[in-house]
Amino acid sequence: MNPTASMKATTTKFELKMGKATREAYGEALAELGRKNPNVIALDADLAKSTFSATFGKEFPGRFYTVGIAEANMVGIASGLALSGKIPFASSFAVFLVDKGYDQLRMCVAYPHVNAKFVGSHGGISIGEDGPSQQSVEDLALTCALPGFVVIHPADEHSARALVHRMAEHVGPCYMRTGRAKAAVIYSPSDTFEIGKAKVHGDGADCAIIACGFEVGYALQAQAQLEEEGVSVRVLDMHTLKPLDDAAVAKAARECGAIVTAEEHLLDGGLGARVAQAAAKSHPVPMEMVGVRDTYAESATPEQLMEKYGLTAPYIVQAVRDVLKRK
Amino acid sequence: MTMMKRVESVDELKALALEMREDIVKMICAAGSGHPGGSLSEVELLTALYFRVLRHDPKNPQWRDRDRFILSKGHGAPALYAALAHAGYIPREMLMTLRKLGSPLQGHPDKRMLPILEASTGSLGQGISIGIGTALAAKLDQLDYHTFVMIGDGESQEGQIWEAAMFAPFHKLNNLTVIVDNNRQQLDDFTDVILSLKPFAEKWKSFGWNVEEINGHDFGQVIPALESARANKSERPTCIIANTVKGEGVSFMANNVKWHGVAPKPEERDAALKELEALKV
Repeated sequence: MNPTASMKATTTKFELKMGKATREAYGEALAELGRKNPNVIALDADLAKSTFSATFGKEFPGRFYTVGIAEANMVGIASGLALSGKIPFASSFAVFLVDKGYDQLRMCVAYPHVNAKFVGSHGGISIGEDGPSQQSVEDLALTCALPGFVVIHPADEHSARALVHRMAEHVGPCYMRTGRAKAAVIYSPSDTFEIGKAKVHGDGADCAIIACGFEVGYALQAQAQLEEEGVSVRVLDMHTLKPLDDAAVAKAARECGAIVTAEEHLLDGGLGARVAQAAAKSHPVPMEMVGVRDTYAESATPEQLMEKYGLTAPYIVQAVRDVLKRK
Repeated sequence: MTMMKRVESVDELKALALEMREDIVKMICAAGSGHPGGSLSEVELLTALYFRVLRHDPKNPQWRDRDRFILSKGHGAPALYAALAHAGYIPREMLMTLRKLGSPLQGHPDKRMLPILEASTGSLGQGISIGIGTALAAKLDQLDYHTFVMIGDGESQEGQIWEAAMFAPFHKLNNLTVIVDNNRQQLDDFTDVILSLKPFAEKWKSFGWNVEEINGHDFGQVIPALESARANKSERPTCIIANTVKGEGVSFMANNVKWHGVAPKPEERDAALKELEALKV
C-alpha cells in the first residue's frame, strides 16, 4: 500500500555525502575483532561475499565456517560454539537469518542466553531489484521479541564499526541489521557509541524525529528542510532498538511535545511501536510514524522503492507537519 | 582431575537402569504430565553413557575437558534427570519436583534452571547443530572431549537434522556421535504410518557417517558401540541407531502409542512399579 496522498513527496536541498555500506563496515570491524581476540569465530550461510564476513574469512580461514545454505544449522552451531567459550558472529541476509533461523535463535540462543552474535545484512526494502523475497521488513520486530537480545540498526559505516565492537564486548545475544546500499556518512571515526544510548542531533524543540538505519540520513535532511520553514526539530539516532533508550525518548517527548519515528521496517513491532510504548509510559505526546505499512514492497531501484513506500525525507517532513497540528 | 568412577559390572548397570525406570514412572506420575514412553526407551543408553562411557565429573560439572551430552529429544528429560540424580549431579529427592513451579527440572531441559545441562532443548531437530558447535570448538582448542547427541527417529523428520547430517562428515567431526533412540513411534502414531524414515541406516551412511545398528536395551551391544564411537579414529562422525521399545520395562506402556505423552495415574504407577520390582534379581 502506498503512503497517503497527503504525504506528497517534495525535494529537499540538504545533500548527504555517501560513504560505505554498513555491511562493508561490518566485515572490516569483524576482521579487527579477529586480530584482537582469537575466540572470535565467523559463520556464514553462503552469502559471505554479500554480508562481508568474507573480509574476516580471508584473514582468518581457520576460524571461518561457511555452513552452506542452512541457516537453522548455522544458528545451532553458533550456539554450541558460544557454549564452548567462543564468540561466534553468524551472518546472512537478514530475512534468511532471522526468518529461517528464528526457532533456533529462540531455543539455542535467547532461551539459554548464550553469548552469540548475529548480523543480518540486506535489511529493509532498499536492497532494491531482488524484490520482497530478499527484503527483510520484519527482522527488527522478530529479534526484539527474543528475551535478552540486544538489537542494533546502525545508520552509517562509522557507527556500524563501533557498534560491532560494542557487540563483541557485550556478554549475551545480539542482533545487528546492516544495509546493502551505501549509507550517508553521519559520523566521524572518532565518534563513540554505546549500546542503548541514542545519538542526538540538534536541540530543536518543536518536534523530535527518532530514526534508525538509513532513515537517520533522511531525518537529517528533513531537519534542514524544516529549519527553512521555521520549524526546529531534533533528530535522535536510535541505533539500539533494544534495550531502547527510554530516558532519551522521555526527554524528547517532554522537551518537544511531539514525536515522529522513521524506520525502514514494517510499522508493526518496529521502532515506532517501541518508541510509542516508551513514551506512553513516561510522557505521552502526539506521534506520527514513517515506515512500511502492512505490505511487502517490490522490485525497483532502491531510490524508487524508498520513494514509493514513503520512506524518504519529504515524507518525514510531512509527518512532522501533521504531528505539529495535533500538539 | 578426578573422573566419575565407571561401573564395570553389567548386573550393576542393569540394577541402575531398573531404578531409573522406577524414578521415571514415579516422577511423571507425581508431575501429572510428561512423556513416559520416550523416557523409558532411553534408559540403557543413558545408563551406559553416564556410568561407563562419558568422561565426566559430577563434582566439577563445568570441567573444560568433560564429554558433552545433549538430549536433542528434550521430551525424554525425565530419563536424563534420573541419570543425573544417580550420577550425583542432583539430589534424588529433586526428581519428585519435576514440572513444579520453581523446580530446576523443567518439563523439557532448561539450562537457565539447571546450568549443568549442556543445552536447552524441546523444539525438535536442533541438538546435532549445537553438538557440531561444541565439537568444532574442541577441534579449534585441540581438546579431546567427545560430544554425544541423542535424537529420536520421529525427530529425524525435521529438516535441520539433515542440514547437520551433511555438515558433520564434511568437516570430519569424528569427535561427534549421534545416538538415535529408534523407538519407532511419534506422538500421533508409528513413524512408519506418519512418515517413514526407511531406509534409515542407509540415509546416514549416504551422508557420510559411520553407522552402527544395535539393540538399544542390550548393554552387551550398547557399551561396545558407545565405547568404539568414543574412541573413533576415522575421519567420520558416528551414528548409532539404537533400536528400542517405547515404554520398555512396563508391559502396558511398551509399544503403545498412547503412552507417548500421558502420565500414569497412581494405580497405573503402582502396577508399573510392581512389574519393575519383579524384574529385580
